[in-house]
Amino acid sequence: MASHALGAAYMKSIFPTLVVLLVFGTVGIGCRRTSARSVSLLGSTSIQPFAEMLAERYAKDHPGEFVEVQGGGSTAGLQAAESGLANIGMCSRSLTAKEALVFTSILIARDGLALVVNRENPVVKLSVEQVRALFAGRITNWNEVGGQEGPIRPITREEGSGTRESFVRLVMGSERIAGRALTQESNGAVKELVKGDPAAIGYMSLGLVGKELKPVAMDGIQPTVENVLAGRYHLVRPLLFVTKGTVNAAAQKFIDYVLSSHGQSLLASEGLVSLQ
Amino acid sequence: MKRDKVIGAILLVVALSAISGLALITVFIFREGVPIILRVGPRQFFLSTDWDPSLGHFGILSMMVGSLFVTVGAAVIGVVFSLSLAIVLTQFAPPVLAAALKPVIELLAGIPSVVYGFVGVVTLVPLIRHWLGGPGLSVLAASIVLGVMILPTITSIAIDALEAVPRTYLEGSIALGATRWQTVTMVLLRAARSGLVAAVILGMGRAIGETMAVIMVAGNALDVPRSLLAPVRTLTSNIALEMGYASGDHRQALFATGVTLFVIITILNTAALAVSRQRSGKRHAR
Repeated sequence: MASHALGAAYMKSIFPTLVVLLVFGTVGIGCRRTSARSVSLLGSTSIQPFAEMLAERYAKDHPGEFVEVQGGGSTAGLQAAESGLANIGMCSRSLTAKEALVFTSILIARDGLALVVNRENPVVKLSVEQVRALFAGRITNWNEVGGQEGPIRPITREEGSGTRESFVRLVMGSERIAGRALTQESNGAVKELVKGDPAAIGYMSLGLVGKELKPVAMDGIQPTVENVLAGRYHLVRPLLFVTKGTVNAAAQKFIDYVLSSHGQSLLASEGLVSLQ
Repeated sequence: MKRDKVIGAILLVVALSAISGLALITVFIFREGVPIILRVGPRQFFLSTDWDPSLGHFGILSMMVGSLFVTVGAAVIGVVFSLSLAIVLTQFAPPVLAAALKPVIELLAGIPSVVYGFVGVVTLVPLIRHWLGGPGLSVLAASIVLGVMILPTITSIAIDALEAVPRTYLEGSIALGATRWQTVTMVLLRAARSGLVAAVILGMGRAIGETMAVIMVAGNALDVPRSLLAPVRTLTSNIALEMGYASGDHRQALFATGVTLFVIITILNTAALAVSRQRSGKRHAR
């Protein structure tokens, strides 16, 4: 009996819902058609926070323009640019030779890749060789690299992440990341984990390190914007906007904004290495 | 009644469209997933622990083991709490308390899984890391979070099963001089056994299919877990983690992971259905 009453209530409630959906759906389609001034970006979660910041400032400086930013990862960004799902794909690694034939890439900034540990961890510097051994699982105790006795817990990113691919290219070479490495699906999750675990070591964009984690010097060089600019710090990757063919005027305008000295100084103030 | 017929026809179409949707999904994931299993070789695919899509290595054994560990862990935790809850609510709690508690338990089912995952990461994981060691993100953390998540499923089905036991059984047992507890363990649980087993199997089905919360608390490492405190990657997490980027063989291998999951869940659900059919069959015989 109760189910009959429920069923009736459900029928009564579903029609208004359908009507509302229909109306909003139509309005949504209408919006999409009329606002040709909207630009969509999709891709790397390393670029996403910076792109969101730029989009916000851009909308403030140019009333009526609208930039939509979505994450998904570098490879997803390339796919979106190829399929036309987004005007601009965001990619936080170098394009492969094959990809370079298909896409036009625009360097918007460079980014240092920082190795980070918990603030309680006494280790302040490592060599690239040590980091490689540590992520490959050949070094498993912090006392082998100048730290306290205790296991090392490397944290890596998921397959396909631009940060991971850059890390593999810059540090791992042909060696494989150990299967026991914890895998997290965003910079935020890596950060959260390293913040709470004294035994952890992770890697992430220099601009995202913040004050809660401790960046480790690589071969004696601190990962700082100055050192990247001077060419002393070598774990550097490009941050790219990727397009296929020519883009529409609105998208081009946003790209120009990002490359302008104003856009570049905004990126620099967020901890990225601008192009100058 | 012309109107009845029209409504009947509409409902039939809706029902058929749901089934055809299911059929389409099934055909699609099998068509996408099975070829790669055959190409890699079923032995290699199901019995190798080497998963490295960029090198073309597709072995999902460690994730199958991971899913199994986490699901069994969740079932153990879920069963202990759910059965206790169901017994207390149907036999011992005053009716007012039971009436207040039941909706609360059902409310648990409405909390989105990402919230469970977040609470797990923020509270449970540091606790495990601090008191038990290891990275915190572990089989144990995933089992506890999933155990709580499947609590409402198991509890409500178990309550139904316990309430379906005829009152005369209980009264007979009490009349023979058994205590309330003896009645519960010796009569009630035995009479409701098949319903309880079905509840547990359905709960396990939910646990093995859960994704978001597991990604957040399980650590997603690729090795076969060697202890409760080791990180683990489940079949569902593997699909969700890598789906966004995958193309070509990698994408197909993820579909094949889905096929594996599909088969496991189908087996679990069929088992639950068979067990509960057996129960209703018995009741007819009575």
